[in-house]
Amino acid sequence: MSDSRYLSLEKLTLSYGNTIAVGDMNLDIGKGELVALLGPSGCGKTTTMRAIAGLLQPTSGTIRLDGVDVTRVSANKRAVGLVFQSYALFPHLNVFENVAFGLRLKGIRGRDLENRVEGGLKTVGLSDFASRKPAELSGGQQQRVSLARSMVMEPKVLLLDEPLSNLDARLRLEMRAELQRVQKQSGITMIFVTHDQVEALALADRIIVMLNGAIEQIGTPEEIYNHPVSPFVADFVGFENVFALENGKMKTTAGMADLSSDAPGGAVGLAWRPSMVALGSGPYQGTVRGSSFAGGTREYLLDTPLGPIKAETDASLAAHEFGAVLNFDLPVAKAAQLSRLG
Amino acid sequence: MSRLYTPTILGLVLLFLIGPFVIIIAASLSAGETLAFPPDGLSLRWVIKVFEVESFRTSFGISMFLAIGGTLAALVLGIPAAYALARYKVPFGETIRTVVSAPIIVPGIIVGLALLRYLVVPFQFGILPALFLAHTALILPYAVRVVSASLNNLRGDIEEAAVLLGSSRTGAFFRVVMPNIRGGILAAFILGFVTSFNQVPVSLFLSGPGVRTLPIDMLAYMEITYDPSVAALSALLAFMSLGIVFLAERFLGFSRYV
Repeated sequence: MSDSRYLSLEKLTLSYGNTIAVGDMNLDIGKGELVALLGPSGCGKTTTMRAIAGLLQPTSGTIRLDGVDVTRVSANKRAVGLVFQSYALFPHLNVFENVAFGLRLKGIRGRDLENRVEGGLKTVGLSDFASRKPAELSGGQQQRVSLARSMVMEPKVLLLDEPLSNLDARLRLEMRAELQRVQKQSGITMIFVTHDQVEALALADRIIVMLNGAIEQIGTPEEIYNHPVSPFVADFVGFENVFALENGKMKTTAGMADLSSDAPGGAVGLAWRPSMVALGSGPYQGTVRGSSFAGGTREYLLDTPLGPIKAETDASLAAHEFGAVLNFDLPVAKAAQLSRLG
Repeated sequence: MSRLYTPTILGLVLLFLIGPFVIIIAASLSAGETLAFPPDGLSLRWVIKVFEVESFRTSFGISMFLAIGGTLAALVLGIPAAYALARYKVPFGETIRTVVSAPIIVPGIIVGLALLRYLVVPFQFGILPALFLAHTALILPYAVRVVSASLNNLRGDIEEAAVLLGSSRTGAFFRVVMPNIRGGILAAFILGFVTSFNQVPVSLFLSGPGVRTLPIDMLAYMEITYDPSVAALSALLAFMSLGIVFLAERFLGFSRYV
């Protein structure tokens, strides 16, 4: 086993009847990595996470952890932690006992137990809350208890289910920093599941984008954000104008359209963010069908022979009227080059 | 107008609810020989007499046995049933729920008659086991419903959390589910106990030589002896029920579960 294959999924498949939730998935995760499983609901990310935890039995395929095949190892013997989206704290136990729960089952008692629980609470900044009941804590505090409860078990992999989605915007930022700090400090391997690309981009070392039970793209946040390989990923990270290429031309609803310069070799599709669309000059024409003010920018929806185009300009520029006919360009040099369609 | 209305209606309702209770207490304190209201002088002789009647002691024992034993049996059956219905997609779950609730809907007379006609008579089934069976069946709906209510308030993922922290599935049930539905279980126990203890129609059919529940014994006693000791016993039983419910409310917030 090498550190880069600390956790390996090999041809992992999970199906319910005729529905394949995850199909033939291969994935290697390195020791100490902070990885995001990103995708829309129903893409199989939660199923994958539950399979890693041992809460779901794969239909076929293998899960290897730290060099050992754990596919048939039951969830309570797998040394995988999970921080639930709803935190899943035990309501009848106080914070101390919640964190101590797993340690007690391991037979740890006395000073050793106290030290480890206090250490865990200190890590998440809740030392003063040991005697509180979960119901007396805020959502953010409950989540940190849940994190501490898993961390004190020293799991080989820690899974987090939508760790930030139940928190308000300010707490979210705080928790994000907290998770990164805890991860760097402990060096623990973390995988978190999210449907929010902003969360994934901000938090992860590496992002695995999933769609329809399969991996769509794997890359660093920069790679995913700047170089999406498929129309789905492109759209997901904000390249909202996506076109397939055929013989150096764009395929549109109204037929083939010329590019404003030569098509790059190898690309089967091009995608532009609204901010990449150059309004005012260019070979294409469109009619303003909608505009909205978004603070620093102004967003336009254009009706064009290429189909609907989303554009964005600096809000300090004069607004274009509804119904105005504008020239625009889709600069090939700026476009994301897609290597796959569908 | 309405300022006068509300207290009047409230007063009448209270009178309707509490009136009989007051009459029974007053009658039980009578010094006279027959059941009468207003009481014929004041004394505790009939309260004392209650403890001297042999058959009351026996039937009280049987009623206690049925109420406690039947409720425990109903809980042993009802808790796993409620758990399964709450956590899993049980085939015909709704049907099972309805069948379990049936003893509440079916008149007790019918349950009693049916048990007598189709269990006791043809199979020489003992009266006591038949009573036990009947009381268990009558309490089961309460056990399932009340425990279901507390299970529905409990998220299922705490069991998964316990498993991921090293507990077995069964261990998770006893470590994190049971402590959190304890209040519901105790509430079901009290409801079951009171239901069984005050049960008349079913027990009416299932009486035999030496085997009678307390309410039936009281009926039988009244047919022969019309003295205030029945009132005294009723008052004592009412105080027992009140005491149980009071303690339950005080320590468990009983009303949350019923």
